[in-house]
Amino acid sequence: MAQSNKYQTGDQVKVRVDSPSHHYRTPTYIQGKTGVVVAICGRYRNPESLGHGGDGMPEQLLYRVSFAQNSVWDRYRGPSGDKILVDIYEHWLDPVGV
Amino acid sequence: MPKPHDMGGEPNDEPIDQSDHQKMDWEMRADALHQVLGQKGIRRTDEMRRAMESLDPDLYRSLSYYERWTAALELLMVEKGYLTSDEIDRKVTQLDQGAN
Amino acid sequence: MSEGHDGEHVHPESGEELSVYARRAQAIEALMVEKGVCSTSEVDQMMNMVESRSPSDGAKVVAHAWSDPEFKARLLADPRSALTEIGYSLPDTTPHLAVVENTEQVHHMVVCTLCSCYPRALLGRPPDWYKSFAYRSRAVVDPRGVMREFGLELADSVEVQVLDSTADLRYLVLPRRPAGTENLSEAELAKLVSRDCMIGVTDPHVPEGVAAS
Repeated sequence: MAQSNKYQTGDQVKVRVDSPSHHYRTPTYIQGKTGVVVAICGRYRNPESLGHGGDGMPEQLLYRVSFAQNSVWDRYRGPSGDKILVDIYEHWLDPVGV
Repeated sequence: MPKPHDMGGEPNDEPIDQSDHQKMDWEMRADALHQVLGQKGIRRTDEMRRAMESLDPDLYRSLSYYERWTAALELLMVEKGYLTSDEIDRKVTQLDQGAN
Repeated sequence: MSEGHDGEHVHPESGEELSVYARRAQAIEALMVEKGVCSTSEVDQMMNMVESRSPSDGAKVVAHAWSDPEFKARLLADPRSALTEIGYSLPDTTPHLAVVENTEQVHHMVVCTLCSCYPRALLGRPPDWYKSFAYRSRAVVDPRGVMREFGLELADSVEVQVLDSTADLRYLVLPRRPAGTENLSEAELAKLVSRDCMIGVTDPHVPEGVAAS
């Protein structure tokens, strides 16, 4: 079944801030940060369900999101072009500037 | 408060220790047992991660890699009804006696 | 946990006490076998299989990509089928692999801050340092400092991209082919490709006398 992607490569997205009691794969350091989708990595069963014996359905779209290092860390010491890329599932992302 | 595994960016000025320890036999067996149980669909990677993350934070930080795996596997196998902790205790005692 | 530290229990092979968790791991395996969930030989076979994988597999793939630009393009676009072409057919259960290329402009470095995800299919078991709390904490915030410890000092003009493999992908770094290696065979090239440069904490090192002048 063809489902449309919520985001396209180049879109700005903001990572949700949350700490659910169940298992999840969005590191705390990247929550609340704004980045750009650089790749769409396919659909995968949802680890938040799989981790607790669930079937992982519906599958979640996984995005590779790029963040400027100096927007993630106040203490980043490298050049301003440096990036951190994190793989994040669609339901952890919110649109920016819409 | 992040869980103990969620450590990206946490203040840490330790240099990276690049030496690799010689894997012990039990570590290689534990590694292999995990993969075998994974192939059989008895435990999933995501469940193992969840079990590891549920360890007491001090315990998580004090155990070695395969010790963490073992603690998590025990949790899962008990939860899924394959084993009980008492059974494991008794088997440990039995193996200890057998080794003498 | 019943065992005292009175030196009564001596294991014949090592003379060293196994830790509480080592003994529990052994007990778990023994019980799973007794219950017929798995067999000892399955664990043995898996151990041999895991043991047979090493960074030399990844190094061969990298050397082939350096030697054959069309293969390289296919490897970057669709690693699984490109690897099948050269005889590495990954089982369906293998996590998805992504290959990222280091260039003059961009240098990738891989970490898994949440656990220790690693492209085992091509590199074998991860080294201890990759699983260490120091690496997992520092790699995302101080990648250049980490690389410096591995002997790599990158110019500010190179963009460092750290990849945190948080989800279903395992990343392999395709390092830059060192200058002066134009005349080397694929087998000779593979020898230059270390495990660490496929994680991206360093670059391939060309020993003196190997590169053409």
